[in-house]
Amino acid sequence: MLIVEPKPFEEVLGFLNGDGRIFIAACGGCPVGAEVGGEAKVLETKERLEGERKVVTGYAVIEFLCNKALVGLNLARHIDELDSSDCILVMSCGVGVQAVANTVDKVAYPAFNTLSLRGTPGLWQSTERCNQCGDCLLYITGGLCPITLCAKSLLNGPCGGTNNGKCEVDPELDCGWYLIYQRLKRINRLDLLRRYIPPKDFQKYMPSKELRNSRLWALERKAI
Amino acid sequence: MSRISEKFERGEFVITSEVGPPKGTNIEPVLEEAEKLKERVDAFNVTDQQSSVMRLSSFVTCYLLKQRGLEPILQVTCRDRNRIALQSDLLSAAVLGIENVLCLTGDHVTLGDHPQAKPVFDLDSVQLLKAAKGLMEGHDMMGNELDGKPTFFLGAVVSPGYEPIELQLIKMEKKIEAGAQFFQTQAVYDVRLFERFMEKVQRFGVPIMLGMVLLKSPAMARYMNENVAGVFVPDELIAELASVSREDRPKKSVEIAGRLIRQMKHMCQGVHIMSLGWDRYIPAVLDEAEL
Repeated sequence: MLIVEPKPFEEVLGFLNGDGRIFIAACGGCPVGAEVGGEAKVLETKERLEGERKVVTGYAVIEFLCNKALVGLNLARHIDELDSSDCILVMSCGVGVQAVANTVDKVAYPAFNTLSLRGTPGLWQSTERCNQCGDCLLYITGGLCPITLCAKSLLNGPCGGTNNGKCEVDPELDCGWYLIYQRLKRINRLDLLRRYIPPKDFQKYMPSKELRNSRLWALERKAI
Repeated sequence: MSRISEKFERGEFVITSEVGPPKGTNIEPVLEEAEKLKERVDAFNVTDQQSSVMRLSSFVTCYLLKQRGLEPILQVTCRDRNRIALQSDLLSAAVLGIENVLCLTGDHVTLGDHPQAKPVFDLDSVQLLKAAKGLMEGHDMMGNELDGKPTFFLGAVVSPGYEPIELQLIKMEKKIEAGAQFFQTQAVYDVRLFERFMEKVQRFGVPIMLGMVLLKSPAMARYMNENVAGVFVPDELIAELASVSREDRPKKSVEIAGRLIRQMKHMCQGVHIMSLGWDRYIPAVLDEAEL
């Protein structure tokens, strides 16, 4: 699940600016989980916009805005409303805004900010994060990721700023390397801590051509 | 050749102090302050955007010190530059005759005055040491051959008061394997703690410089205890500092620092004094330390 929070209403009004007729597309997935989405929140937004003398031409709550097939199917039912709108206000994460923009030739505005989770969480909500670095090091670090757990993504142990097992950036955050040390000590593998880990290859953050052209990259792509 | 490396080699005690480049272009007072210590201090360790506060560069300040006949130690952190810029700056330093390089991770940007900046940390301190050593061997990080290779005397930092010390020692060993030739410690105020630390690191065979931050006031000592990683000022020292009037504090501070250095100097190979604006008291500290 991604976590979103509403942008300040003033900011939204700022970019809606001259656009008087607005269609609202809302995601029924993650934003509902984050308690900022769903029909009730859409109606609330509609009311606030109308209070600012905007016309809300219509709205659609679509189960998952990241699913472009669902977006296309659902928005097709609102063609007239969309045609008569200046823009679409999208109540979703950044993926949903882009999916709507790629489906309808109207300006799509984000109603939310998508918050950083410092890496991708699993589809089941939990604390583990993956930064998709393309060169997994978890076999050296006791199954704890220094890229996502350390504020500096250090690879060869803690920095000098760590204090009582906490991070210099925020004393409420655990020092990732302290956690790694504790884990390796517990499983009797402190020898792994002595291993030199070379700098990351940042080319691996750029998806390869093969991956970009694969079925896995975009299931909806027909070519493969 | 680096004067401090020669001194270490001869088994002589090395004394360094810290130079903080100004926030702005007013460099002259900083250089003058350093020049006054010329007879007492072997080298000047120039901070690199200390505490992530944007200032004049360590690099240029080192060069200006060098021009005045002073021996600089260039601090290089991984916070602001990627591996291309770091290697390039190291080569540039070498061309300007700067040999002593202290390699650090660097504070996180959020601690400084531009907290919105992008934190780089492309390399960590161990990798930076390895890259610098590679340059000395005549190749860059990718193994490409250099046309002319630099000479460096590479330093690193270690925190004797860090808990668990085992984790600190493992990283220290990694730094040595990567290329560290000398170490500067975090400030230590506990003689016994330093003794225990030195017993553990003696076998590494690298020169260790005791770190000493002048305690300016009881409040500062308490602040360091609460907020500075690995620093522990014993209560007796805080009480001793609090026992004198505000006017007598510099004198007391000098006495405490001098005494601590005197008690610990035989255990290590040098001392690095961080005066935090109290450079004028450094000669008195050294007198008190019998150095």
